[in-house]
Formats: sequence, structure tokens, C-alpha cells
Amino acid sequence: MLAVHQSRINYVLHLADNALIIGHRNSEWCGHGPVLEQDIAITNIALDLIGQARNFYQYAAELIGNNTTEDTLAYLRDEREFKNCLLAEQPNSDWAITILRQFFFSTYQYFFYQKLQYSNDVQLSAIAEKALKEVTYHLRWSSEWAIRLGDGTEDSHQRMIKAIDNLWMFTGELFLAVNYEKIGVNEGYGVDISLIKNDWMKKVTDAFEEATLALPPDDVWMQRGGKEGIHSEYLGHILAEMQYLQRAYPGAQW
Amino acid sequence: MSITCRKYYYGDIPDNNAGGNISPEKNKLSGNDWPLWEVFIRSKQGLDHKHAGSLHATNAQMAIENARDVYTRRMEGVSIWVVESKHIHASNPEEAGSLYDPANDKVYRYPAFYDLPDELKHM
Repeated sequence: MLAVHQSRINYVLHLADNALIIGHRNSEWCGHGPVLEQDIAITNIALDLIGQARNFYQYAAELIGNNTTEDTLAYLRDEREFKNCLLAEQPNSDWAITILRQFFFSTYQYFFYQKLQYSNDVQLSAIAEKALKEVTYHLRWSSEWAIRLGDGTEDSHQRMIKAIDNLWMFTGELFLAVNYEKIGVNEGYGVDISLIKNDWMKKVTDAFEEATLALPPDDVWMQRGGKEGIHSEYLGHILAEMQYLQRAYPGAQW
Repeated sequence: MSITCRKYYYGDIPDNNAGGNISPEKNKLSGNDWPLWEVFIRSKQGLDHKHAGSLHATNAQMAIENARDVYTRRMEGVSIWVVESKHIHASNPEEAGSLYDPANDKVYRYPAFYDLPDELKHM
């Protein structure tokens, strides 16, 4: 029973960490966007994602008890305890990589939240329903940018090809269930992610076609481990910046 | 020597100065940005679209999305119109006198000027 409860906590933390880490990455663009309007757009998306993370963290804190709060979960856990997918933590680099990362992730979230709405866990189902409207817009925004850049100038096209080279290896993990996800499916509160892979692939294939971009071959080596706390070299740096204030001044408020 | 100086008023800018429809080469040379768009938002209670501001975008679709992100973040609206700024023609402020002042002493244009029969309600 204890293990089952822990699985549910891990599952909720995994969803929260996904949203927080990619949200934080997008927030790094704040004040640095290519044009004012897109600076605001990506910051809006960052805020949406951090809002989703808060909902999941609040629920996780309730499940954990012991005076845990959304803040202790976000600011006082170490790298190995974070369960986000590797895709979420990849660096912004340039606009093409940021756009493609968001497009891959929003496509995933779009199909994922559609299924999570039917979770037998009322909290998860309610969060999914609310988040889906936001994600629908993120997907529209990011897919149009992916197409615009792919089918744009020679420079933007080359940057998108480079972005695909950089990020494709992190997309496999999105659809490979780890233990707590399998338990979630069995218990009826989790989503069977293997079932959304085809939808994801179709959406990406269609967008790439319109963007005149080639899909990588099937046999690309896929990275994994993020969901179980084995991260790329980037997460530690994100946490160092994100958690610095709460670590240096515990309980600081403003 | 005489120098002719043409002053453009807001919105009434010829195509070649407006930033739109410019080839990428020229865009690079002149440092021109994306074309400017005017945004009109209809609020939930409002019947008409009101001017909210302006922004840059490459086409109408992007202009609507940018408007959504820039001008409807706090639930300001339920409908968006955008129009490229160069398509708006403005009246000339220097002609304000001849355009608007003649209406000053014509109070009879207000319906309140007329005596209404008592039977007539709700005017």
C-alpha cells in the first residue's frame, strides 16, 4: 500500500517537474526575446507551464503531508529527485531549438492531457482539463513557428535542421513508461503513454512536411533516464540558479 | 534652393516606407523590422472593437497571435481585429480647424435642441 502511494506521488512529481523545468527554461528568454511580441509570448507560455507545475506540486504536497509545500518540492529537492524528461531541461541555445523543444513538448502535453482528463484521480483530471486549453495554444504557437522557421530563410532552415539533430534523441523517453507510470496505468489514474506515440508522430510528421524538414530515421539512439532522476549535465545548473535564493536564505519571502 | 519636405501622419505612410512587403535583402540593408499592425479588441461586454495599440508581425495570423499575447493577457477581450498600419489613413491635425471647429456653434444638431411633445417618452 505504501509503495502504491509512493508511486502516485512520484507520478504527480514527474508531471510537475516536466512543467516546471521547461517553464523555467522558457522564462530564461524573458527580456531577451527576438522581438518584443515574442518575448511576451514565450514568457506567457513559461508562466502557463509554471502555473501547471504549481497545481501538480500542491497536490503532491497534499499526498506527501509532513508540512511539505509546493515551495519545498520545487526549491529544496536535489537533481536526482527531479523526474522531468530530459527534453525539458535542454538549453535554449537559439530560437530554433527553443521553438522545436516547445513544439515537441506541447504536442506531447496536448495528447497527454487529453487522456489525463479521464483519470480516475479527480485532482489530476481537473488539472488536465484546465491545462489543456493553455497547451492547445502553446501547440498552435510553437507549430506555426516551427513551420515558419523550417520553411523560412536558408539560415532559419539550417537552424531547424540543427535543432532536430540536437533534440530528436530526447523524444523517445516521452513514450517509454517507467515503473511509477506503469503502476499509474494499472491503478487507473495514469495515462498509457505508449498509446499517444502515434498521435504525436503524426502531428510532428505533418508539421515537418509543411516546414520542408526531413524526419530523422527510425533507428536514432534515444536517450532516457530523466524520469528516474538520471539527468543530463544541464539540470544541475538550472537548479543552482532556480534554488539559490531559497537555499541561501531559507524561508525567504517577498 | 528649395527643399520639399513631406510630413507623414500616423498610419498614412507609403508602402516603401512602411516596413512591409520588403524583400529580405532590402530588409537587411535598411534594418527595417516587421510591418506594424494596429490591434482592435472587443471586450466581453462591448459591442464594438476598440483600438488597443499596435505591434509588429510578419502576417495577419501572427499579428492576431501577438495581439492575443500582448493585449488580452488580463481577459480584456473576446475578439481581435488587426489591420496593417499602412492601410489606416489619418486626418491631418493641421486641418483640425476647418474640419471640426465649424460644428462648434451648431447646437441645433443636438436632439435636445428641439421641444418634444409630452407624449414622447424615452428620448
